[in-house]
Amino acid sequence: MSLTARVLEAGGIATVIIGSAYDIVTTCGVPRYLYNDFPLGNPLGKPFDRDTQRQSVSMALDLLRSATAPGAIVTTPFRWADNEQWKENYARVDASNREELLRRGDENRKQRQQNQANGLVR
Amino acid sequence: MNAIEYIRRTRDYYRAQGFKKDYIWAHFDEIPFSPLTQPLADCTVTLVTTAVVEPEILKSVRAARSYAFSEVPENFCTDDLAWDKATTHTDDRQSYFPLEVLREFVSSNRIGELAPRFHFLPTEYSHNNTSDKDAPAILDACREDKVDIALLVPL
Repeated sequence: MSLTARVLEAGGIATVIIGSAYDIVTTCGVPRYLYNDFPLGNPLGKPFDRDTQRQSVSMALDLLRSATAPGAIVTTPFRWADNEQWKENYARVDASNREELLRRGDENRKQRQQNQANGLVR
Repeated sequence: MNAIEYIRRTRDYYRAQGFKKDYIWAHFDEIPFSPLTQPLADCTVTLVTTAVVEPEILKSVRAARSYAFSEVPENFCTDDLAWDKATTHTDDRQSYFPLEVLREFVSSNRIGELAPRFHFLPTEYSHNNTSDKDAPAILDACREDKVDIALLVPL
């Protein structure tokens, strides 16, 4: 999405990214970024939390108005939970899933080969 | 702020799956910028999402596509996208696709209007596919629709 923000912006369209993968977005470098420290999947707020979702969009619109230079980043004050336990969950690798991950990798590589062989690639 | 290190975690995750080559994340020193020159209340706004409208299209051949806002599904398909399935769910479309909020902001004149179409951007391994095919296709569609502002909301 960061690459797309750059292309749109270079084409004259003002963009803002609302998202949670801070390191990925800032490594790429985007014109405007509203960072929500939430798990991937709900960048605007918890499911059915209309107030936070609305405020996230509102802050993104504010950022469109206030940014005067590229690379403008605003961090929202919202928190997902009282503690940060949830941050351990994503893409976890430990003794319990090592075998399963290797199996998934093999399956993935096989599927890619099949797609290549059948011309199902871009 | 204690942001999750997605780059490191993704690298470790794919290494654990037996992939030999690490993914290289895009990085640029220069950033393009188009300042907003008119009031929000005069702007035409669109949304770009990574959530899938047509899951029947195989992931390996999914390309950017534009859809009328009247075609927004009750919920998108997110099954084969990378998000934190252990922590949350995507049953609430509004947690990643803020159509209702934007409609509300149009009603209250916070923004001018919704563009006729929103845009699907596939999650792509290839930087070139994104930068040379998908993003330009979305740019063309935005220009046709006279879009001033694009809200980009990756899952």
